[in-house]
Amino acid sequence: MDTIEALLQKAAAGKRLSFEEALRLYDEAPLLSLGQAARSVKMKKSGKKVFYNINRHINLSNTCTALCPLCAFSVEKGAKAGYLLSRAQVEEFLAKTKKEAPNLTEIHIVSSLCPDVDFSYYLDIVRCVREFFPNIAIQAFTPVEIVHFAKISHLPYQEVLQKLKEAGLTALPGGGAEILDDEVRAIICPDKASSQQWIEVVKTAHAMKIPTNASILYGHIETKEQRLKHLFTLRKIQDETHGFCSFLSFPFLPQNTPLAKKYSITPLSAWENLRLIAISRLILDNFEHIKAFWIMLGTDIAQVALHFGADDLDGTVGEEKIMHAAGASGNSLMSRQKLRQMIKLSGFEPTERDSFYQSLEGKNSH
Amino acid sequence: MGNKLDAIAAKVNAGERLTREDGLTLFASNDLARIGYLADLARQRISGDYVYYNVNLHINLTNICIGQCKFCAFGCTKESPQAYELTREAVLKRIEAASADPDLRNLHIVSGMHPDWPYEYYLDIIKAIHEKYPQLHIKGFTGVEITHFAKISGKSLTQILSELQAAGLETMPGGGAEILDDTLRQKLCPNKATSKEWLDVARAAHSLGIKTNASMLYGHLETYKQRIDHLLTLRALQDETHGLQTFICFPFQPGNTALEKSIRRTSVWDDLKTMAISRLMLDNVHNIKAYWVMLTLPIALLALGFGANDIDGTVGGEKIMHAAGVSSEKALSRNVLIDAIRTAGRIPAECDCNCNIIRTF
Repeated sequence: MDTIEALLQKAAAGKRLSFEEALRLYDEAPLLSLGQAARSVKMKKSGKKVFYNINRHINLSNTCTALCPLCAFSVEKGAKAGYLLSRAQVEEFLAKTKKEAPNLTEIHIVSSLCPDVDFSYYLDIVRCVREFFPNIAIQAFTPVEIVHFAKISHLPYQEVLQKLKEAGLTALPGGGAEILDDEVRAIICPDKASSQQWIEVVKTAHAMKIPTNASILYGHIETKEQRLKHLFTLRKIQDETHGFCSFLSFPFLPQNTPLAKKYSITPLSAWENLRLIAISRLILDNFEHIKAFWIMLGTDIAQVALHFGADDLDGTVGEEKIMHAAGASGNSLMSRQKLRQMIKLSGFEPTERDSFYQSLEGKNSH
Repeated sequence: MGNKLDAIAAKVNAGERLTREDGLTLFASNDLARIGYLADLARQRISGDYVYYNVNLHINLTNICIGQCKFCAFGCTKESPQAYELTREAVLKRIEAASADPDLRNLHIVSGMHPDWPYEYYLDIIKAIHEKYPQLHIKGFTGVEITHFAKISGKSLTQILSELQAAGLETMPGGGAEILDDTLRQKLCPNKATSKEWLDVARAAHSLGIKTNASMLYGHLETYKQRIDHLLTLRALQDETHGLQTFICFPFQPGNTALEKSIRRTSVWDDLKTMAISRLMLDNVHNIKAYWVMLTLPIALLALGFGANDIDGTVGGEKIMHAAGVSSEKALSRNVLIDAIRTAGRIPAECDCNCNIIRTF
């Protein structure tokens, strides 16, 4: 059997890891050795560039039919805290954003599985965003939401996606993947898309040239093996479709979630979050980009993560509600200047990007 | 830069001493993963896989202080509404309460330089504690306080230290070193021990067999050069006396201090880098401490990968850092510390204030 040192060298060289090899590295490699190997892979993929974009999040509603135990954001139908944004409210937000963020490249929309609206509502919202911003990317609706739209509209995934695309949708975000293992899903999110459904939507989207991201939600009830198996599932899909733009990891934030009331869950520490980012970079050899999502990690650790294989800090965001409901502490609007400074201080080149990782450096004034 | 780091890596691999130039190269480098990796190698060689922690109680006898240092949010004048003074009885009572924990082993006593208390007041408290609680190890008084005692009593450092030692003092904490550079001290803390005075106390203590810690307060007005020179000063001291047990990095906490408006708290990035460089430069100091009170526990845990091998203690009753608005807990249970150390894949080692291991988990 190879030594850890040999495995690290293999991984750092960008060679494909087997499940057993990855598990050994994840279990045994010292933190900084893992970080260094992941960083050398990052350097091969994106050199000194570290990406971010100017984006805004919209969460259309929080009333949800799924009410996943992992979630602190959703509420039941009829709940006092429930909300649903009207087209007029979305327009108001877009008008404000247009003024505030002249270099906006992306609107990111993720919402609950709302029982009160039909599919036409979502199409209408996408059209509305497209009217306001003819040229930006609209990254909207996780595969879980697409499954929901298919259900309420009685249309196949392909048609749902086609209609959304015609309305102006450019890409799907990576959320809702959680852990692609139905035993785990039965506990953390029993009433939403199964692993198979999530994968099917993603493959359908990729076949239609709609790129998506991929994600993991970890640190709840899953085992280490399930975590890594999830990454291998994503790697396999990517081999087939090449449709994933980037991978992002969500450490589970137990605060205010029903899951944490039932199970004793210790919140993950920066140590584990950096290890996960590093091992993802090493396993997902066919992904070009790994995100360190500052909202989840906090800006300080997101910066450190740049030396553990990440090459993207996500965007300026603004108005993020879902993770903050679970106690995420990153203030939800980040200035471009601060992102750039973080990247520079880490020895990398800040690279403003569009949703497809095309550099916009030199095109917009800083 | 790459080549220079390669040369440093070769030295670290060979266990060779790094130069001032090397230290400056490390601070100029952005290669955090590599610096951390090298520090981790050095840590493994120097101190192995144990991570030290202790079950302790902090006692700050008073916050009334003639120092009025710019970086301090704790010290105040007698007239200040938050001013307090602990009597001997109050101190004993506090220890009695804390002794409900049968694992309590260590006391950490650091205080303001009170304008009126005579040196005997402090001596008397140590005596009283030691008589009543002989099983507790007493770590007390920074070099700054000992200098102050010498001034107000007219006694020599050696005399004061031997009297305190006879009364029950075992070791001394590392505070008050800040940055051992008098130009800087003149700006930051003009009313307290100079660099030479601080070093004189350490030498006197070491020659009496009183081990001490040493610290660095960084992230205020100092330059990287001054950080490196500070580390080298401590390294030279250690070559001479071998009396330093543990080195501690204190990132400056600007909250509620005179520097609050002009200086921002250092980034975790800088904290981890400084921790790693300290491990690499201080090749003759056994322990490098990630003080969770300053860093918060998650970052202290992370620092264990960047060269640290000590996470301090359960720290009941700490007041000085909390006055500057640190966001960490007031105290942690032993189990929380043990879990953190295990997460890092290392061996939790409970120790006394002389870094003797009492038990491992």
